[in-house]
Amino acid sequence: MVLNIQLHIYSTDTDYYYGTWFLSNKNDVKNAAHSHIIFHLCLCSAEFPDLRKHNNCMASNLTPAIYAKLCDRATPNGFTLDEAIQTGVDNPGHPFIKTVGMVAGDEESYEVFADLLDPVIKERHNGYDPRVMKHPTDLDSSKIQSGHFDERYVLSSRVRTGRSIRGLSLPPACTRAERREVERVVVDALSGLKGDLTGKYYSLTQMTEKEQQQLIDDHFLFDKPVSPLLTCAGMARDWPDARGIWHNIEKTFLIWVNEEDHTRVISMEKGGNMKRVFERFCRGLKEVERLIQERGWEFMWNERLGYVLTCPSNLGTGLRAGVHVKLPLLSKDPRFSKILDNLRLQKRGTGGVDTAAVGGVFDISNLDRLGQSEVQLVQTVVDGVNYLIECEKRLERGQDIKVPPPIKLSK
Amino acid sequence: KSTNFYKHMDSDKMVKLTLKRLSAEDEYPDLSQHNNYMAKVLTQDMYKKLRERATPSGFTIDGVIQTGVDNPGHPFIMTVGCVAGDEETYEVFKDLLDPVIEDRHGGYKPTDKHKTDLNSGNLKGGDDLDPNYVLSSRVRTGRSIRGFSLPPHCSRGERRAVEKLSIEALASLSGDLKGKYYALKNMTDAEQQQLIDDHFLFDKPVSPLLLASGMARDWPDARGIWHNDNKTFLVWVNEEDHLRVISMQKGGNMKEVFTRFCTGLTKIESLFKERSHEFMWNEHLGYVLTCPSNLGTGLRAGVHVKLPNLSKNTKFEEVLKKLRLQKRGTGGVDTAAVGGVFDISNADRLGFSEVELVQMVVDGVKLLVDMEKRLEKGQSIDDLMPAQK
Repeated sequence: MVLNIQLHIYSTDTDYYYGTWFLSNKNDVKNAAHSHIIFHLCLCSAEFPDLRKHNNCMASNLTPAIYAKLCDRATPNGFTLDEAIQTGVDNPGHPFIKTVGMVAGDEESYEVFADLLDPVIKERHNGYDPRVMKHPTDLDSSKIQSGHFDERYVLSSRVRTGRSIRGLSLPPACTRAERREVERVVVDALSGLKGDLTGKYYSLTQMTEKEQQQLIDDHFLFDKPVSPLLTCAGMARDWPDARGIWHNIEKTFLIWVNEEDHTRVISMEKGGNMKRVFERFCRGLKEVERLIQERGWEFMWNERLGYVLTCPSNLGTGLRAGVHVKLPLLSKDPRFSKILDNLRLQKRGTGGVDTAAVGGVFDISNLDRLGQSEVQLVQTVVDGVNYLIECEKRLERGQDIKVPPPIKLSK
Repeated sequence: KSTNFYKHMDSDKMVKLTLKRLSAEDEYPDLSQHNNYMAKVLTQDMYKKLRERATPSGFTIDGVIQTGVDNPGHPFIMTVGCVAGDEETYEVFKDLLDPVIEDRHGGYKPTDKHKTDLNSGNLKGGDDLDPNYVLSSRVRTGRSIRGFSLPPHCSRGERRAVEKLSIEALASLSGDLKGKYYALKNMTDAEQQQLIDDHFLFDKPVSPLLLASGMARDWPDARGIWHNDNKTFLVWVNEEDHLRVISMQKGGNMKEVFTRFCTGLTKIESLFKERSHEFMWNEHLGYVLTCPSNLGTGLRAGVHVKLPNLSKNTKFEEVLKKLRLQKRGTGGVDTAAVGGVFDISNADRLGFSEVELVQMVVDGVKLLVDMEKRLEKGQSIDDLMPAQK
């Protein structure tokens, strides 16, 4: 069954028009008699959003000329520019925090809307230019050096990323059937995991009260998004249909299905053995990839953008490697922020993004996502956290600390 | 696997897209936990049939039902669970909407005709509700401008065009209807505070029932409030509908409120017609609005009335039902009554004319106040019990 949508573009000297024709099929697709075509005309300039009060990457880069060029396009799945930018139009942003302000509805969005997404990516990812640069992917955990932290300071270690299933639309645009297909493909693959990765899937629509409570106690359960950044992009449609949580029996490898991305993959454990966390992460990811490939599927990936995810901020590795670490003295030192900056690290409270630190315990993780490989980013975290612990120890002994030179981002 | 293709034919600037489609069975929503009018009616077969269609402006069945899928409902309150994206929705998706309308509007059939009567001279009485009990009187409705998509589906350009046309029409009102427009995105702090103090300001919707249907997109672009200098006639632009029109004043003179309502609406309609625009209306559904619950008259005529004794009486609910009235708290729908003061209004919207509905409110409130006075004196109200309207 096909629904044909024809976009007809006119241009005049002063403005672009675009029109949309919609056809409705008669019942029998063989004798598809197209009924009634109605032309619906809109001036692109009348549609341009009012972004004067906005402060996000989309608003900084969307000009009327770019809008006029892209507003008449759709990806093969029918995803349009207006849908891509809706979240950024609806959420002007905060004067101090710059959000991305747009999302991809499918893999093709990054091509079809490249005129806007490329400058947004460049701004968000430290000048990374998808037109000319290549993103390195490296999931060889054996390369990590000194990846076991002093556990008097590091309480827990965690690495997360996301993966999208090629050929299916992303959460802002997917239909119910596509979302269910993602769930089917992923759950089927995960059932093939063995050894320490053996696990179980808990569908949000079907879990028992007891299972739900256990997942809450383990801090595994995710809930329907409340952030308007996400709801305005359409990611919460049809909740909780086809959403769920998979984890291994040991509770060290966890996968979220159909939350903000097709999948979010998390490896974690108590203590400071980041090397082992990353080893399990890489092994698990490669195993899941092998299992979906056996079934004729693959992850969205290309050498310009690395792994393709819903939010442009998560392109490349989509990786956030972090620790919960005790830094009561260092965190009170006025040089703390500068040290973190130079080490290419960011701090959050232990409740995650937008929470405050409690008892001098911070969530420290990598700032970057795109342009550096997984191994490089994890090594950056390892080296950086080791340095922070050294600083903390020096301050304990009454010694002074030094701000390290800024790490150069390799091209 | 199916193939998608994206072809660009430069010569005549035509682009053809073919969308991949998965089966209706795979797309059909899981409504097993749901309790709204849409979920009661939408079978898989109906969904399969309706997904092959779109309205001329491109609104699909998924757009119609999204709010009902995302909001399963409440076991005690039946929400509608579907919206219209344009006037044609009610035709193209009538297989779903006719039974929803029939269920929601007391058995209103697809062949029934709706009577419109905005001649306030036809209202009997209504100017003498006892102001010791009736604190304020109010009538509201909505109007949609034909040719433009409705809030769930409209583009920014369409919404702005609706605003522009409305501002032009309202600017032509004169006499006691002369007033001023305040765009949400341009108002000064002082103007905003005044509108809040007057209880005129509306805010971005927070109800998931509205958000899930896409009505709050691009907020606050092209949204605004118009009111007359006397603050007795108020129009909301691009909130839940293209226009919401409200007439109100303190006290119990519902006749005056309704007269201003009719005069104002009729005048606004003629101003639109002068500019070659009309309201969405047809003889089956009356005035066409976004939510099927507001079809017909879209009218809610109500009073804030003190009924501390009657509201504690066991017969209160029964009386309201017989009079075809509903109660709300004075904060509006879903609020509780404070100090024995209730918002009492008509329960119906479709199948009765404006005059008929306001008459029910006027006659009904008169009776409720009489009952309250009896109970104050410790007397019985049995002989006042009404028949079912």
